[in-house]
Amino acid sequence: MIHQRGICAKRSIRLVSTLFACALLSVQGLHAQGGGDPTAGKKLFNANCASCHKLDRKLIGPPLRNIAQQRSLAWLHKWIRNNAALRDSGDRDALAIFEEYKGQIMTAFPQLSDQQIDDILAYTSQPAAQPKAVTAASAAPTSGTAASNTGISTKAFNLILLAIIALLLVIIILMTRVLKMVYEMKYEDRLRELERQKAAKKRLSFVEFFEKYTPGFVFFGLLLFGVAMYGAWVYLTAIDVNTGYEPIQPIAFSHRIHAGENKINCLYCHSSARHSKTAGIPSVNVCMNCHRYIAEGAETGTREIAKIYKAIGWDPEQQAYIPNYKTRPIKWVKVHNLPDFVYFNHAQHVVMGQIACQTCHGPVETMDTVYQYSKLTMGWCINCHRLTDVQMKDNPYYEKIHEQLAAKYGVKKVTEAMMGGLECGRCHY
Amino acid sequence: MLSRRNITFWSVLWALLATACWTDKRDPNVQYMPNMYAAVPYEPYAVNRYYSNDMAALAPVPGTVPRGYTPYSLPNTNQGYEESRNLESPVAATDQNLRRGKYLFGIHCAICHGDKGDGQGQLSRTGKIPGVPNYKDRDISLGTVYHVIMYGRNIMGSYASQLTDTERWQVAQYVMKLRSQK
Repeated sequence: MIHQRGICAKRSIRLVSTLFACALLSVQGLHAQGGGDPTAGKKLFNANCASCHKLDRKLIGPPLRNIAQQRSLAWLHKWIRNNAALRDSGDRDALAIFEEYKGQIMTAFPQLSDQQIDDILAYTSQPAAQPKAVTAASAAPTSGTAASNTGISTKAFNLILLAIIALLLVIIILMTRVLKMVYEMKYEDRLRELERQKAAKKRLSFVEFFEKYTPGFVFFGLLLFGVAMYGAWVYLTAIDVNTGYEPIQPIAFSHRIHAGENKINCLYCHSSARHSKTAGIPSVNVCMNCHRYIAEGAETGTREIAKIYKAIGWDPEQQAYIPNYKTRPIKWVKVHNLPDFVYFNHAQHVVMGQIACQTCHGPVETMDTVYQYSKLTMGWCINCHRLTDVQMKDNPYYEKIHEQLAAKYGVKKVTEAMMGGLECGRCHY
Repeated sequence: MLSRRNITFWSVLWALLATACWTDKRDPNVQYMPNMYAAVPYEPYAVNRYYSNDMAALAPVPGTVPRGYTPYSLPNTNQGYEESRNLESPVAATDQNLRRGKYLFGIHCAICHGDKGDGQGQLSRTGKIPGVPNYKDRDISLGTVYHVIMYGRNIMGSYASQLTDTERWQVAQYVMKLRSQK
């Protein structure tokens, strides 16, 4: 009895709550054909549907805005639950859409309840946030053009500034000439008197002058020599040291956004660093892993991402690769260059050495444009080989040699230098 | 003091010194003997104007495979996907392989699929790439995971260029391990 009463109470509560929800929805006047909740629907949509469907744009599947107005509710329920079964039953609409998307199979969602499907459909029936989208879309290209405009105007501005400076110089030179003439005319007598006095003074010959000021000559001579030698030293040691080299890249790719904000592992894109001497520039298909979905950047809008599409021949409208497209390589500028007479291997350092990329490349995850952080000189290499303890833990490659070397040198930690990392032939051959 | 000769001397000196400075960091610094720095053979990713694509890097000739390459016979179709369901891994599920799989999963997969395979990676949590499923909600097998890493599926791209054949199996094994974990 008690038990039954409990159920009754529960039922009545549920009844009241559903009634209340219905009333609320009708008051709000939503497009709730099946009485779905668009807020819950949004969550469900993003978790289940969003990887293949966008609301207003084709992705893997069709755009879903107002799909509930285009198809019957019962059909949609059947399709979402198990579209394969619907197709097998010979439903004409189902077969048509299957054909249109070239036999792309949609995942079945038997776990979604009727209420959840209604929620999702309620979300797709919401009108698009028109004004917001328009401002966002119009803001992106204007900022783009503004940037390029300032680029041109600074050039023009510099030219105008130069012209003005040149004009001023000419005016100053002319003015001094005129002033000099006026001055000479006015004080002719006194100037002549001064000339006479100057001529009367005995002029020292160079030898006399040198004898008179020998200590000064020697002092300044030495100073000048020292400064010149130091200058020569600084200049010569800086040859081909490119610390701070920051070339302009063909695409305004930001490591700050990709590696910093989005925390994408360096080796995701530079996967060759695990296998090869070269760290590798990712081929465009790696960009497309994410940018097939993300067509608009946070800071540059579609301008920079469109360059990837142009390189590989992707049509964002049709969501397909353009057939027989002649791909154009993106001409990235290499930042870190080592001369040909030295051998460096990324895989050796990244896999065996377990050295973080940032040790040599600096805080790349904070750089918008990559610049050379380290000197990449031989002294710099050697210094690290001398000071850094080799990562021996969980590194089976070193297990045996570690024990032998630690015993040989009587130390706990082994540096690269102890393993022959200073030998010329290690890197120069 | 500033005779014409003096002016010439100082300006030439300063001009020489100025050329010695490296001010424009957009271009590389001077080199002493460039032909000692630049490689005679083509560097990776270099321009080679003798090839039709202007690149030193070329794709394998049609009908050939690179050394150490393991061909995969199933095609990238719905049928191929179904056939891959019963594939067996040529790589044993040892601890070492699973560790390797975990390491590679952390690099290539976890960014969307999450460290636990629950679809809560950094990119999906921030909504940049939404709709990444939990492995447990999908009817997948070791073979289909391998197939999808090989070819990609829906919005996911192919990872065949980033992971070798063995690595793909190692990752697939780790994915199945994540799926079976509670």
